[in-house]
Amino acid sequence: MNKTRTRTTTKTYELRLYVAGHTAKSLAALANLKRICETHLAGQYRIEVIDLTKTPELAVGDQILALPTLVRRLPEPIKKIIGDLSNEERVLVGLDVQPV
Amino acid sequence: MNKQTSPRATPGLPKAPTGITGLDEITGGGLPAGRPTLVCGSAGCGKTMLAMEFLVRGAAEFGEPGVFMMFEENAAELTANVRSLGFDLDRLVKEKKIALDHVHIERSEIEETGEYDLEGLFIRLGHAIDSIGAKRVVLDTVEALFAGLPNHAILRAELRRLFRWLKNRGMTAIITGEKGEGNAITRYGLEEYVADCVITLDHRVTEQISTRRLRVLKYRGSVHGTNEYPFLIGERGFSVLPITSLRLDHAAPAGRLATGIARLDEMLGGQGVFRGSSVLVSGAPGTGKSSIGAKFAEAACRRGERALLFAYEESSAQILRNMRSIGMDLAPWVKKGLLQIYASRPTLSGLEQHLLAMHDMVKAFRPAVVVVDPISNLTIERSDAEVMPTLMRLIDFLKQQQITSLFTSLTTGGSGTNAAEDSQVGVSSLMDTWLLLRNVEFNGERNRLIYVLKSRGMANSNQVREFVLSDAGIDLVDVYLGADRVLTGTARVAQAAHERSAAKLRREDHERKLRQLAARRKAIEAQIAALNAQGEAEAAEVKFAIAQESLQETTTQQNSAAMAQLRGGSKGGNAPKRGSR
Repeated sequence: MNKTRTRTTTKTYELRLYVAGHTAKSLAALANLKRICETHLAGQYRIEVIDLTKTPELAVGDQILALPTLVRRLPEPIKKIIGDLSNEERVLVGLDVQPV
Repeated sequence: MNKQTSPRATPGLPKAPTGITGLDEITGGGLPAGRPTLVCGSAGCGKTMLAMEFLVRGAAEFGEPGVFMMFEENAAELTANVRSLGFDLDRLVKEKKIALDHVHIERSEIEETGEYDLEGLFIRLGHAIDSIGAKRVVLDTVEALFAGLPNHAILRAELRRLFRWLKNRGMTAIITGEKGEGNAITRYGLEEYVADCVITLDHRVTEQISTRRLRVLKYRGSVHGTNEYPFLIGERGFSVLPITSLRLDHAAPAGRLATGIARLDEMLGGQGVFRGSSVLVSGAPGTGKSSIGAKFAEAACRRGERALLFAYEESSAQILRNMRSIGMDLAPWVKKGLLQIYASRPTLSGLEQHLLAMHDMVKAFRPAVVVVDPISNLTIERSDAEVMPTLMRLIDFLKQQQITSLFTSLTTGGSGTNAAEDSQVGVSSLMDTWLLLRNVEFNGERNRLIYVLKSRGMANSNQVREFVLSDAGIDLVDVYLGADRVLTGTARVAQAAHERSAAKLRREDHERKLRQLAARRKAIEAQIAALNAQGEAEAAEVKFAIAQESLQETTTQQNSAAMAQLRGGSKGGNAPKRGSR
């Protein structure tokens, strides 16, 4: 379980990325996510990466089926983005983030 | 059918028993072990129930734990739903025999971007399987994913991978699927991926009565029953009613059972029907079928045996009252617990449902005698082809339990001679003994006739008897055979009276003749006496005359002698000679 923590401000995006091992898709998703967050949400996000091959029991809680899945836990409501997050525009729509 | 009689003959393919009544018979031992089976049907046809029972029985009876992955209901709902069928999921989950996983996917929450797969589903399923060491898996209904995930190309590829993965892990799986439009087996074509065994369920309503049907559409590498079989979801879960129990291998006890009507027993070879046989009593309305049925049950109670009466026309209170009117009091037997009357509306449910209820009651009560009054109400609006197998199943079941059964049947036939028989052809071949009751209208009144149409394996009377219901009970009376018809009712009584008076007349005539004879004999004897007397008189007269004559002669001789003496002389030498005589 990796944790990447940055400065928190008034509006924090609590994100959780579910992956299965170090597959190409997993790595791509994590790289894409970091890039997008740094670009548009600098300083107001927190990313938790969960590797389901190590902790499969965690898949049930967030109803994970597809991998990789990005879950926006905060702010509410919960949103899910599936895929390797290669389409930045759609990731921003999914996270409900105004592009900078 | 012969396919099912030798289910284990197919070598190689291992099977996982479902424990579901009847299904294992049809499939020849169960579902293909270690392979996925597709169960499909329209909404509400019982897919989830079948899958659940497969899993629960596997866990509880066959030591094969199972994972239930549901895509529609959540665990709490499912647990509540199956509790009504007597499955305690909570306990099984606690005992680690069953794992439940609710997969919920909300399209509105999901955004799709870029490449993905369903590895998450695999991981969840794999985790659930590993946590309890599962051997069985149910995916109910995996098609829900098609609504949740927009990219069907990925989904299809992943489902294909999923089924292969299940196979590789050696899971015996049931995948349920919604019936598709038209001829499609499933809406999303799941049958493409699950090719080993396909079972379809169907729920149809005919004449406002619903029937569920099950059919094994395909079973790769195994023979299977290909018919549509009715099935039920009852208090004990799922049960399929295959006709396979028609193996006709039940024992045939030789013991006999009195029907409660002595004269009827007499007609049946003097000892009544065979124990464990089936009796059909058919007749037009008002011919006394129910009374025979009740009497049959009562006779069993009198012997101290239990009797179960299924009434589909009258309530039990009504039966008790009505039977009292012919001098039969059933209430004490009910109180004693020897007689149980189960009254229900035939239209309450389908035939199969009724049969299941009967099964349950018979199993619970263990009667020696079962009376169904009338069976024709159950078969109402149903074609013979449909009714036959289910009735066969019931009769067979009763026979296997060695329960003697009596079914009454209302014939709709008119007054024609053969109408009654014709309307019964469907079920009569299943019956061992068939009594026919008939109304005869003659001489301004209607009377009941009874005769034995057939009775397998025993001598039976070919005579028609009159069937009399009175305050004193049921009796059979010999009918009088007139010139060209049998005489019944008052005609019979009149005939009897006529014969009685004729007999009396004849008797009196005889006596008169005897008296005359006696008188004549006396007269003759008197004559004889008179003649004797006359004879004696004549004889006496003759003697008298002879005596008189000889006296005269003597006297004459004496006179002559005297005269000769007196004359003396020459003739004196003769005198002593005469005197010496």
